[in-house]
Amino acid sequence: MVTSAAPRHAAPPVHAGPARMTATPPPIPTLLDSDVVRPAPPASRAIKAQVENFSFFYSTVQALADVSLPFRERAITALIGPSGCGKTTLLRCFNRMHDLYPGNRYVGRILLHPDNLNIVAREVDPISLRMRISMVFQKPNPFPKSIFENVAYGLRLRGIRSRSELEGRIQVALEDAALWGEVKDRLRKPAYDLSGGQQQRLCIARALANEPEVLLLDEPTSALDPIATSRIEDLIVELKERVTIAIVTHNMQQAARISDYTAFMYLGKLIEYGATAEVFQNPKCKETEDYVTGRFG
Amino acid sequence: MSTILSDNPVSGGIAGSRNGGLLPPLRSRSLLGRLAERFIESGLLLAAAFSVLITGGIVFVLVSESLPFFRHVSAREFLTDRLWTPMFADPHHGIMPLVAGTLTTTAVALLVAMPVGTLIAVWLSEFAPSRLREVLKPALELLAAVPTVVYGYFAVDFVTPALQAFIPDLPTFNMLGPGIVMGVMIIPYVSSLSEDAIRAVPMLLREGSYALGAGKFTTAMRVVYPAAFSGIASAYVLAISRAVGETMIVAIAAGQQPNLSFNPLDPAATITAFIVQVSLGDLPHGSIGYQSIFAAGVTLFVMTLGFNIIGAVMRRRYRQAY
Ligand SMILES: Nc1ncnc2c1ncn2[C@@H]1O[C@H](COP(=O)(O)OP(=O)(O)OP(=O)(O)O)[C@@H](O)[C@H]1O
Ligand SMILES: [Mg+2]
Repeated sequence: MVTSAAPRHAAPPVHAGPARMTATPPPIPTLLDSDVVRPAPPASRAIKAQVENFSFFYSTVQALADVSLPFRERAITALIGPSGCGKTTLLRCFNRMHDLYPGNRYVGRILLHPDNLNIVAREVDPISLRMRISMVFQKPNPFPKSIFENVAYGLRLRGIRSRSELEGRIQVALEDAALWGEVKDRLRKPAYDLSGGQQQRLCIARALANEPEVLLLDEPTSALDPIATSRIEDLIVELKERVTIAIVTHNMQQAARISDYTAFMYLGKLIEYGATAEVFQNPKCKETEDYVTGRFG
Repeated sequence: MSTILSDNPVSGGIAGSRNGGLLPPLRSRSLLGRLAERFIESGLLLAAAFSVLITGGIVFVLVSESLPFFRHVSAREFLTDRLWTPMFADPHHGIMPLVAGTLTTTAVALLVAMPVGTLIAVWLSEFAPSRLREVLKPALELLAAVPTVVYGYFAVDFVTPALQAFIPDLPTFNMLGPGIVMGVMIIPYVSSLSEDAIRAVPMLLREGSYALGAGKFTTAMRVVYPAAFSGIASAYVLAISRAVGETMIVAIAAGQQPNLSFNPLDPAATITAFIVQVSLGDLPHGSIGYQSIFAAGVTLFVMTLGFNIIGAVMRRRYRQAY
């Protein structure tokens, strides 16, 4: 919210104006009201990852078609679109999750800056890539281990053995995930004893402990209640100063509240990309407008 | 436009038909329907009761037949005497030599079957191509289908001589050879059940591990194995029960000579080997010597029960709610 630049094409104040105010009661705010949507960030943010003419195939089924899309640094990019449009598929390309299953095929490039690494190139080692790019799944998936060991998992993979270093890093990660206060007295207890919202924050802590450059979030709050959701949203907004965030969400309010850029996808294609305020208030495409206003279908 | 919203939760069809009155209104179920349900229920109850009854019957026979023995031999002698010679002129009735034989051969068998079975299960479910798995799994299960008599002579005629190449003073009859062979026999008990448990671990858990940068082996050992542990523990318990109860291999290859020793290089008799030896022999029914097999049977039953209880506790302790 600290960004200075005003929306370049601020939406006309549809529901404002004294004449209307006297005639009708104040309308329920919608996403087209400028105060619900984050102001557009400066367009000049450096690009952290660039998707270029990218297509993806599940064996013979094409799930993404010629997608080109930037993910900017210190910003949250939301992927929205109707079910089955390929949001999860795109997200999972970033950490090569598709490699786990036979027959999947990447076409095109996803460049990770600053080193201009083509993420989906065959010669790129997915393990070293996953060390730089963390992911949080739709359903919390803590390991059958203690809370401590869950967060320690990635650190141990990176060869950190010293007890004191592990403890220090785990505390920081749990604090970053806004979970430390709730678990500091029971770090040795099984992670399955936590509530769903706590488990999801644990998964975020686990991802953050690795100090990733990019954090992928696939509908991270879809299984959570409104309070847990708003905690995680606050958390995500805080985190964007340190890590590039890509989030898939079905919740238009959520996309509007927390993201800086929004990409609208439909049937495996990118339909529209822009600053979130633009996409929500002044969409260029009819489909986008219908979707963000809930008239889709 | 409308097709892509196919999994929109609002499906007007069902609600519409309800309101339209196309379905008949809910009625109380017919008498016949309720009778049929009653019948099925009591049938199932009967089947369950039957298995409990049989177990109860076995326990009853074991206990009642061993009572004459325990009238003659004190529990103290039974548990502390270091000799088991019920057929001798100067009989001793200490069960511990047989227990030692049983525990030692079981331990050797488990040292083979648990690591090998678990590794096979992990390899089959996490690493093997699915085509190969389809072939290998049933092939492996054949190991458990070989008659135990065959395994017994395999132990005497092949495994023990092979071991003697490394351990020159290994006697012809010993606990190591049959223990190893028994272990090979129960590998499929461990691997098959463990593989089922491992495959039941949700992919989401594995993906969580891969996403943090773990490799295949780390994921299998540090995430999948612990997640499946409650099922794998059941496999271990079944393997233990199978090893404790195995008769033929040890009767043939371990020497049938009660020996209070935990050294697998020694010859020994197990509880089961003793039972089969006496019941095939010519001791008169009703003699203390003959009744001793029921006392041995009770001991075997108590041991197996103990292992199963430990197994149940472990399962509960490690059960995962994915
Ligand atoms: N493993 C798979 N094999 C074949 N097709 C798949 C597979 N996974 C997804 N698809 C297909 O790819 C397309 C995109 O799926 P994806 O999961 O990326 O959609 P999504 O936008 O994340 O949807 P949702 O909002 O429901 O999560 C869908 O048509 C889907 O049916
Ligand atoms: Mg999805």
